[in-house]
Amino acid sequence: MSDRKLDLVIIGGGPAGLAAAAAASEAGVKDLLVIERDRKLGGILNQCIHNGFGLHTFKEELTGPEYADRYIKKTQALGVPFLTDTMVVDLSWDQETGAKFVTAMNKESGLFVIEAKAVILAMGCRERARGALNIPGYRPAGIYSAGTAQYYVNIEGRMPGKEVVILGSGDIGLIMARRMTLEGAKVKVVAELMPYSGGLKRNIVQCLNDFDIPLKLSHTLVDIKGKKRVEGVTIAQVDENRKPIPGTEEYYSCDTLLLSCGLIPENELSLMLGVEMSPVTGGALVNESLETSIPGVYACGNVLHVHDLVDYVSGEADTAGRNAAAFLQGAQTQNDTNVKKETEIKIRTVDGVRYSVPATVRPEHMSDMLTVRFRVGNEYRDKVLAVYFEDEPLMKLPKRIMAPGEMEQIILQKKKLEELAEKALAAGVSAPQITIRVEEKA
Amino acid sequence: METRELTCIRCPMGCQIRVELEGGEVKSITGNTCPRGADYAAQEVTNPTRTLTSSVRVRGGDQAAASVKTRTEIPKERMMDIIRAIKEIELTAPVHIGDIVCPDVAGTGVDMIATSNVLTVGDGS
Repeated sequence: MSDRKLDLVIIGGGPAGLAAAAAASEAGVKDLLVIERDRKLGGILNQCIHNGFGLHTFKEELTGPEYADRYIKKTQALGVPFLTDTMVVDLSWDQETGAKFVTAMNKESGLFVIEAKAVILAMGCRERARGALNIPGYRPAGIYSAGTAQYYVNIEGRMPGKEVVILGSGDIGLIMARRMTLEGAKVKVVAELMPYSGGLKRNIVQCLNDFDIPLKLSHTLVDIKGKKRVEGVTIAQVDENRKPIPGTEEYYSCDTLLLSCGLIPENELSLMLGVEMSPVTGGALVNESLETSIPGVYACGNVLHVHDLVDYVSGEADTAGRNAAAFLQGAQTQNDTNVKKETEIKIRTVDGVRYSVPATVRPEHMSDMLTVRFRVGNEYRDKVLAVYFEDEPLMKLPKRIMAPGEMEQIILQKKKLEELAEKALAAGVSAPQITIRVEEKA
Repeated sequence: METRELTCIRCPMGCQIRVELEGGEVKSITGNTCPRGADYAAQEVTNPTRTLTSSVRVRGGDQAAASVKTRTEIPKERMMDIIRAIKEIELTAPVHIGDIVCPDVAGTGVDMIATSNVLTVGDGS
């Protein structure tokens, strides 16, 4: 059925795929392949020419292409094989044998099937498009997602327009406000539906304030004028239910509208494979090893949950790569019936905490310290981030501020969890839970 | 007495800091929650600097633009001068990360360097 057999296939050659490939290769997996649909490795980093990448990983501030280049060089030095200009079109598996089938196509080979023992999902995310935003008005030219405009300006060297309004204050929109201004466009306003920005503070200051671009919070787009080309847009203030308030409409003439309204993990292949998904993140549900509900299938980076910092993507992908290697080397024993049933601790996220990655933890398989990342659903000031094992408090971290735009993390200790899990089992608790929540200060 | 309002970017708190200046000297800093905020505010009102990133045209490359940056931070008020200076530049592929695109750009004493690789068309990638 397959044209080739491999140990490991990594789908996606962006920051997640590259770091996962490097880690798997360093851990001894040599029979692997990275498949990238673009003509170059590096993913979205290639068009993110601003700086600020790599402070955690390399202790210096790099631009996107420079950060990507570090990992491209690393994988090349390790001899990791890759295919570019190649699109994976189907993903399936055989439940009996555990084999995964990656169907891909490119110009040279046409359609082909690779049988793999393990797969790492590293497909990244895409932008929420106009169709998903319910924006009224015609469909004239001049409406772009912020990332599309970024590609035109930074890779193709073309300007999408001269007078710009940006809807949504995600980081790409903020970055593009500065970029378009530097290239001579007039960015008139950034309108954000929520009462807070989804972007990083640094970007608000250095991309908007530096250029006197107004940010209107609790505002949305109510009309687009223009049939062939955008002529202008109308923006209105919204009430606490995010409904436009009549009488607050303001008209801005412009020839370009950029949309920066959120990112969606790109999981069509994961769904084809039948991976269990989180309705909150739009990514797979994974355990401490970043393994999905299908044994030997791992996920990392923005396909798993959308990150703020590429450094965290690289770290997560490194974990996925090492665990895929361990799986291939038989260190993980899911199918071994002689092993006693493993304790799987579910992480419950309530009271302001929206989700966590991982969603479950098997203490036997976790490293000595496990980083759990999550987001809160609102802006919280002077609260406590509390973590419980069943009813026992594990940690209470006072937080001056938590915001949806800034990913939070806690670190779980293997030793402590093993002890607690054993105690819980002895007490007859069959499915122990960890709870993460936002609490009032005591 | 001059007063400046700014948002701290050292952490997600985003404190609104007020700085009072007299003759270019910082007289008082208020609104910050921690010492890092005071450092940021003092630097930002007396000598604000930025790393400037942009792109320049490339002839004969596998993409039409190469990304560039100032090798180190430059005074914030020189940003537009540099942008004007690099508008005139057209490189010829190949371009490699670290290539000096414009030495001493706009007389700042800082080099503009390439931050992406642009291959010659036909070289493959």
